Amino acid sequence: MDLALAILFQLVYVIANLALISLGLAIIFGMMRVINLAHGEFLMVGGYTVVVATNAGVNVWIAMLILAPLVVGIMGVIVERVLIQWLYGRMVDTLLATWGLSLLLIGLVTSIFGASTATTIKPPLGIIRIGDYTASGYELMLIGVTAVLFIAVFAVLKLTKLGLVARGTMQNAEMASALGVSTTRVYMVTFGLGAAVTGLAGGLLAPITGVLPTIGATYIAKAFITVISGGASILAGTASGSVLLGGINGIFSFLAGPTMGEVALLVAAIVLLRLMPRGITGRFFRKSL
Amino acid sequence: MSISRRNFVMGTTALALAAPATVGRAQSDAIKFASILDLSGGLDIYGAPMAETTKLAIEDINAAGGLLGREVELTLYDAQSTIQFYTQYATQAAAGDRAHTVHAGITSASREAIRPTLSRFKTLYFYNVQYEGGVCDYNNFCTGSTPAQTVAKVVPYAMEKWGKKVYIVAADYNYGQITAQWMQKFVAENGGETLDVEFFPLDVTNFGPTINKIQTAKPDFVISALVGGAHVSFYRQYAAAGMMQDIPIASTTFGVGNEQKLISAEEGNGILASYGYFEAADNPVNKAFLERLKAKLGDDAPVMNELAIRSYEGAMLWAEAVKAAGSPDREPVIEALRSGLSYDGPSGAVTIDSQTNHCSMNVYIGELQDQEWNIVESFDSQPPADTALVCDLNANPNQSTFLFENGLAAAGID
Repeated sequence: MDLALAILFQLVYVIANLALISLGLAIIFGMMRVINLAHGEFLMVGGYTVVVATNAGVNVWIAMLILAPLVVGIMGVIVERVLIQWLYGRMVDTLLATWGLSLLLIGLVTSIFGASTATTIKPPLGIIRIGDYTASGYELMLIGVTAVLFIAVFAVLKLTKLGLVARGTMQNAEMASALGVSTTRVYMVTFGLGAAVTGLAGGLLAPITGVLPTIGATYIAKAFITVISGGASILAGTASGSVLLGGINGIFSFLAGPTMGEVALLVAAIVLLRLMPRGITGRFFRKSL
Repeated sequence: MSISRRNFVMGTTALALAAPATVGRAQSDAIKFASILDLSGGLDIYGAPMAETTKLAIEDINAAGGLLGREVELTLYDAQSTIQFYTQYATQAAAGDRAHTVHAGITSASREAIRPTLSRFKTLYFYNVQYEGGVCDYNNFCTGSTPAQTVAKVVPYAMEKWGKKVYIVAADYNYGQITAQWMQKFVAENGGETLDVEFFPLDVTNFGPTINKIQTAKPDFVISALVGGAHVSFYRQYAAAGMMQDIPIASTTFGVGNEQKLISAEEGNGILASYGYFEAADNPVNKAFLERLKAKLGDDAPVMNELAIRSYEGAMLWAEAVKAAGSPDREPVIEALRSGLSYDGPSGAVTIDSQTNHCSMNVYIGELQDQEWNIVESFDSQPPADTALVCDLNANPNQSTFLFENGLAAAGID
């Protein structure tokens, strides 16, 4: 019984983790059909912000919850203005440009901070006991934060004027533009917001993962697969993609070891995209956000 | 002979063609030392300190007047954590630069990619990295520690300290797979029991399901051969789940990339590891070396680990051999190395074992405290007993194989 609970907790955490690292990418992809291949490096910069800030004496919570999204959000806006805005509607070109950006960011961070940076942060919360088993309180918090983040994005899209304008632009950019919406501004703000969410995710993961200039590569593939499997709807897509792929990955990791877990995740994604080329939300929940 | 236009053209062309050759000859007076390491990409946490100490070694050799009155010229190639660059640069170093020696490779995969190339071009090859053992190659000197030197020491030490039931986690490629077999062997030999072995692809960052399985299995300790930046997450998530106090960790890899700096003191305290070198090694050569490094690189000086120190000592061993041989050519240098050549480096005496072309060396067990390794036990001049089980280059020098390629059982070790 305890074991079942402990495994269930881990499963929920694997899913939340996948959703957390994918949400920023999904916002950008859902809104403007731009796949940001520098997504992993955005996560890495979020992590570095936390490591560098805490080394300089900043409180870890401020570093994770405020500085990381702020730094990466601003970086996102700059990237959109300098690079992305010239490439809308050119999917392959944006892929190449953002891939170049990812190499540039790895190189920049390596040349500024070196191949690795010492850290002093540790997960700020204690442990939780499930009978004989223990789990990290910080992981429980991450599950909570992911849920709050999804609700917040939902609220912004559904309840605010910005959300209305954004959804309108998403459905039909030309019509929105004809009605007086500045689509360039909407794109810029959305890209910045997507980057900020990614920065927040990177910052939150900093205390429980290794923070290195090249660490982005371990996230990009999974985030990419989750978003593509989920389809165009930002929230429903990311959530359904994470639940399906994270669930399969978690179960197979437990039953047959982590190598099979990765294999199962990839097989599931391939089969899914063969059956539903537009992703889960291309077939189900089509009207959802 | 009258100067016709044709003669003139031919004459000047010959001169022009000869010119670079003369320049080349002037340069080739230097003895050429090539190094291929990963200075960018995912493996740079290992490669960057190795490059620093390699440069330092060549500077030291030249500051002492070079070798045989000639300067030593270092060419450093960055393989960018990509195997294909290893083969490309190894060919370039051997056939293009005509390097007298090549010191290269970090992962076993990179070593296996270039070893045949360097044998074929008859270019002396040094691999200065701790690895799983089993290379039996007349042309290749492996100066790093192997499982019989390190795993065989840390396993009984940890079992004595913590108990007999062991859980193994390892990286899913040849180093991890073969090292896990050595771990099982040494656990069994010391009367222990291996509860489970798990392998992880190098990009896994989520270790939750494994931590649950470890809690279910209730071992006395976990022994890890995890590799690379992504796997650092294991130690953090393990500590975050409060496991460090209940089930401690020993490792054969934690620390070679200075991982102890990537996790906080509380998370890492108590981890045991065994290598051919720690900064705490207590000898005058080491103290002087560390002071010089600090003076040269200041606070940017990377923490010295076995890979970095052995890169320095590997270069120095080669230099000693060139001096002893009186020539930088391959055959005399190999003979000098295999005559039982020894060098007193920061890690202690490193001596070439002619049966295996590996080294006997001092081995240390370290315990992590506040991001620093304290030496809790040390062993003098340990032989490469694992490779020696299957390899005898004295009996048959004409060998160039990796005997553990298909695991220990295939090599006839049970």
